Amino acid sequence: MSHAASAPPSGPVPFARENSLKLLKDMLRIRRMEEKCAELYGAAKIRGFLHLYIGEEAVATGAMHALARGDNVVATYREHGHALLKGVPMERIMAEMFGKKEGCSRGRGGSMHLFDAHARFYGGNAIVGGGLPLAVGFALAAKLRGEERLTACFFGEGAMAEGAFHESVNLAALWKLPVAFFCENNLYAMGTAIERSESQTDLAVKAASYGIEAFAVDGMDVVACYEGARRARERVMAGGGPVFVEFRTYRFRAHSMFDPELYREKAEVEEWKKRGPIHTFTARLKEQGHLTEERFLDIDSQVAAEVERAVAFAEAGDWEPVEDLTKDVYAP
Amino acid sequence: MTITYREALRQGLREALAGDPRVFLVGEDVGRYGGTYAVSKGLLEEFGPERVRDAPLSELAFVGAGIGAALGGMKPIVEVMTVNFSLLPLDQIVNTAAILRHMSGGQFAVPLVIRMATGAGRQLAAQHSHSFEGWYAHVPGLKIVAPATIDDAHGMLGAALAEDNPVLVFEYPALFETAGDLSSTPVDIAHAAVRRQGTRVTIVAYGGCVPKALSAAEKLAAEGINAEVVDLRVLRPLDMDTVLASVRKTRRAVIVDEGWRSGSLSAEIVARIMEQAFYDLDAPVARVCREEVPIPYPKHLEEAALPQPEKIVAAARGLFQ
Ligand SMILES: Cc1ncc(C[n+]2csc(CCOP(=O)(O)OP(=O)(O)O)c2C)c(N)n1
Ligand SMILES: [Mg+2]
Repeated sequence: MSHAASAPPSGPVPFARENSLKLLKDMLRIRRMEEKCAELYGAAKIRGFLHLYIGEEAVATGAMHALARGDNVVATYREHGHALLKGVPMERIMAEMFGKKEGCSRGRGGSMHLFDAHARFYGGNAIVGGGLPLAVGFALAAKLRGEERLTACFFGEGAMAEGAFHESVNLAALWKLPVAFFCENNLYAMGTAIERSESQTDLAVKAASYGIEAFAVDGMDVVACYEGARRARERVMAGGGPVFVEFRTYRFRAHSMFDPELYREKAEVEEWKKRGPIHTFTARLKEQGHLTEERFLDIDSQVAAEVERAVAFAEAGDWEPVEDLTKDVYAP
Repeated sequence: MTITYREALRQGLREALAGDPRVFLVGEDVGRYGGTYAVSKGLLEEFGPERVRDAPLSELAFVGAGIGAALGGMKPIVEVMTVNFSLLPLDQIVNTAAILRHMSGGQFAVPLVIRMATGAGRQLAAQHSHSFEGWYAHVPGLKIVAPATIDDAHGMLGAALAEDNPVLVFEYPALFETAGDLSSTPVDIAHAAVRRQGTRVTIVAYGGCVPKALSAAEKLAAEGINAEVVDLRVLRPLDMDTVLASVRKTRRAVIVDEGWRSGSLSAEIVARIMEQAFYDLDAPVARVCREEVPIPYPKHLEEAALPQPEKIVAAARGLFQ
């Protein structure tokens, strides 16, 4: 599989102006929130592992806009953006990253373990492939209970080498379950490039072997991501069983804050940055007259204010008292 | 020569690869990434991709393949990035590697070394902070080693390869930056070691808790309690002779275990002391273990959940009241 970046997404955006601006704003919300996280990591406010989604925002943004409020989402440790757009308030995400008890997981999980029952956001799983069987189970429950509910499962291409992927897709296909498998192919699993982890690098072909519908979309183009996810949702909800979508994307930053990035060329990263989901979308909207620079700056400053509020909320939060250490442990 | 624990591990790997053409290293990101903890950094360049082999995220398959390759005449060193992910290939480790020799009527030994990082203490939260050495030590057919010193980090790998049977080597990221002198004395993987001589209480620890036990012993010394520290080194089979000799001398013992208390390795050690040295004791044996909770992310809670020198001191002091 080529790592070369193709031409940047271009052409008019086929959405009403306000909808386009919502997509733009949501991508910016993820971006600015995470830029702040990187800064806070440097200041040791955020600790442990921190996996940034910078560069991949179009995927979660397009996909979440295609989901319904009542849908379930299961994600990975690179899930800040998914949590945010599924409806977890930014301040509670930020407080979680600080480890404060106002965080969405009471501060106990940190960056990799965001949870929010109300938003139907079910993690935040740091075991690669760990979310896939869970998603199948959510879909089984919805089917058995007769609920009109999709479960969307996000995972990296690296997870497709795990047995958990194959067992889960097979089961979901066999039982015709309402689950969408959303693979975020950013070409690397830590330092392992896809051609060294997958014997079949056309991931949709691989998934299709389970007898399900599978297709790939441009993961740097929020329009394509939205349309791909919407199509997947429609097909799944029509009752035909699971659908697999490969979102072809790229991570601009290191795998985590500890990664020296010995495995890829700077030039490759720079090429992909030309396809950056936010600036290309911004340019398209401007070109078609849906966005002015003033409006962009206005949106960006609204987002900046939200980030500032989230940080202030996290700063003002409290530490969970040590006496509560074993609270919520079943059968301690 | 002063080197870090990490460099000692790397030096051990380098010597193993250089010393036997049947040896190869396989695991996730051991090559191009430079090793998750930079342990194998530079080895790909030195030994090439056939012998420093990057594997996809397929723990069950590449650990199982390591077993097969061992049976087929190679001497694989399989790296599972961390013990947390070893739950995926657990089946291959327990149901094949550990039991094959006996189950096949003694026909097939599995000359395999599995290395993995273990332990908590770096705010990585519940799924990345397990200590399952004790689980593995439950299984006959596996030898379990836990290097806590520079010499052991360097030498235990070679000793493990010489066993021609499955050996699990647990490495402690909490110790990777510690530095010390590398001696030229070869290490065995049969005995526990007394790391500090003492007379009044024995502190038994392994892996990342050994420095905590030593630090506790220093604090106790300041209070007039001279503690002996035993580093288990080998978690299966246990060298109870060394532990019992120490306990018989000091007549008191504190067992430190980074794993959860219930059903832990510490429980096994206490039981054996009860079975074999009950009448030599002047006080009940005490334990300092991980609290029975998944490790929380915030620093203060993580620290509260883990064995700490202060807790060891308090436990030891309690034996004199
Ligand atoms: C079972 C398991 N093995 C190894 C790891 C260590 N690890 C964490 S992320 C990662 C790479 C995953 O890559 P991918 O699935 O492509 O997701 P991405 O990080 O690119 O979003 C690895 C090897 C893990 N967390 N879980
Ligand atoms: Mg990836």
